[in-house]
Amino acid sequence: MKEFALIFRLNDMKDFQPSPEQMQERMNWLGSIAAQNKLADKGNTLLPIPGSAKTVKPDHVVTDGPYTEIKEFISGYIVVRTETIDEAVEIAKANPIFKIGGSIEVREVLKRD
Amino acid sequence: MTVVLCRHFGLKHMEIAEDIASETFLKASENWAIGGVPENPTAWLYTVAKNKIKDYFKNLSVFETKIKSKPPENSQSEHDFEFNNQLISDSQLAMIFAVCSPANSTGSQICLALQILCGFSVEEIANAFLTKPETIKKRLQRAKTSLRNDNFQLQSLNETQIKSRLDTVLKTLYLLFNEGYFSKTNNQQIRKELCSEAVRLTLLLTENPLTNTPPTHALLALMCFQSSRLEARMNPKGEVILFNDQDRSLWDKSLIERGNYYLVNATDGSANWRTKYHLEAGIAYWHTTPTDANKWQHILQLYNQLILIEYSPITALNRTFAFAKVYGNKKAIAEAEKLNLTGNHYYHELLGYLYSDTNPLKAIEHYQRAIGLTKSATEKQTLTTEIERLTQKKNHEHPSPG
Repeated sequence: MKEFALIFRLNDMKDFQPSPEQMQERMNWLGSIAAQNKLADKGNTLLPIPGSAKTVKPDHVVTDGPYTEIKEFISGYIVVRTETIDEAVEIAKANPIFKIGGSIEVREVLKRD
Repeated sequence: MTVVLCRHFGLKHMEIAEDIASETFLKASENWAIGGVPENPTAWLYTVAKNKIKDYFKNLSVFETKIKSKPPENSQSEHDFEFNNQLISDSQLAMIFAVCSPANSTGSQICLALQILCGFSVEEIANAFLTKPETIKKRLQRAKTSLRNDNFQLQSLNETQIKSRLDTVLKTLYLLFNEGYFSKTNNQQIRKELCSEAVRLTLLLTENPLTNTPPTHALLALMCFQSSRLEARMNPKGEVILFNDQDRSLWDKSLIERGNYYLVNATDGSANWRTKYHLEAGIAYWHTTPTDANKWQHILQLYNQLILIEYSPITALNRTFAFAKVYGNKKAIAEAEKLNLTGNHYYHELLGYLYSDTNPLKAIEHYQRAIGLTKSATEKQTLTTEIERLTQKKNHEHPSPG
């Protein structure tokens, strides 16, 4: 079994706060992965809002948030456990994020230990 | 009985306590068969046990003084003790906490507690843990050895120890209750006793400020909700009646109310408690309510959270059933097939159920595989009846030529 991080990206800050219906859809997606025993880590949400997001650059230049230069921002991640990357991609395809123009990056996890 | 004896000797002599307890019962069965059951069987049993203990220590001190020629450690103490109800109830709980010692892994702690305190057989423990009996046997052996090596003595634990052991104790009581509730045995009396014993011990935990925590209340709420359906869950023949077919007038309203009370306590003013007991109590709560438009959506969301905390095939299947109730059987079939639990009879039962309206042929196929996998005669019977119904329906819709 391999592990893959699914990294969620959104385009629009207003999509960050989901409606109760959107929340249910997300939880159904997550619950479905867990029900297949393929959830390695339920991950976390990464707050993109002012005061919760900074970028540190060379020469100690600190800017607010990651979203000043690029439009897209990372909103969170989870880690799934599958045999192949294709299987991880299939899982990603079922996520409701595509309804609101978001995207998911699938990356194999190389464990440090 | 083993519990009371252990409290007296310390866990070091656990095996002797177990032996004495079984010898006592053996003697009882011999004597009572001839002379009939005495007026006070409990007192009779404890008197015999007491004498056997005295014999044991007499032999031990002879052995220690004469053969090992050094005075036995315990020779001064008077091996006399009371076997009254109060001490037993406290002993039981104290022993569960004692056995839940960090000297062993959590799994072993629970195995040990279930065996010594709850009288579970190795098979029953293996069943509760969904593993092989040999694994459990080895685990128990190792756990007992490490407790003995620790020169374990049952003493009152301090505050920190009690708090840190509470999780394992709750898990033990949860398994004890479940064994009663879902047990394979058809003896309803035994099942009820296991359930009420678990409730009694959990109730004791709420009476102690150290263990009176939101998770304890959540577990108690769960037990109350489940217990409210004990009468309705079985017909007089001891066969399990499925939820949808239960006579709701048999549900115990006062237990449901007590469940509500403990569930409210379990939130502790903040809704942030999300232990497995909170989620399961929440699910059980929604099951006791009459059909509410959003009932199954609530249940599905609770299952989503529960499966994130702890994967189990049963939770996965129950979640899919709730999914079917919200989004319909067609979507649920896709969800169910992803689970790929082909060796599990509940998996085939669920798929059989989901296919029964749209594809009776596939439904029958799954029900037949479930029959091949289940050990329960009652279940086989129920499934066979269902297959007959579907076969008739199929023939009615597509009459075969000739």
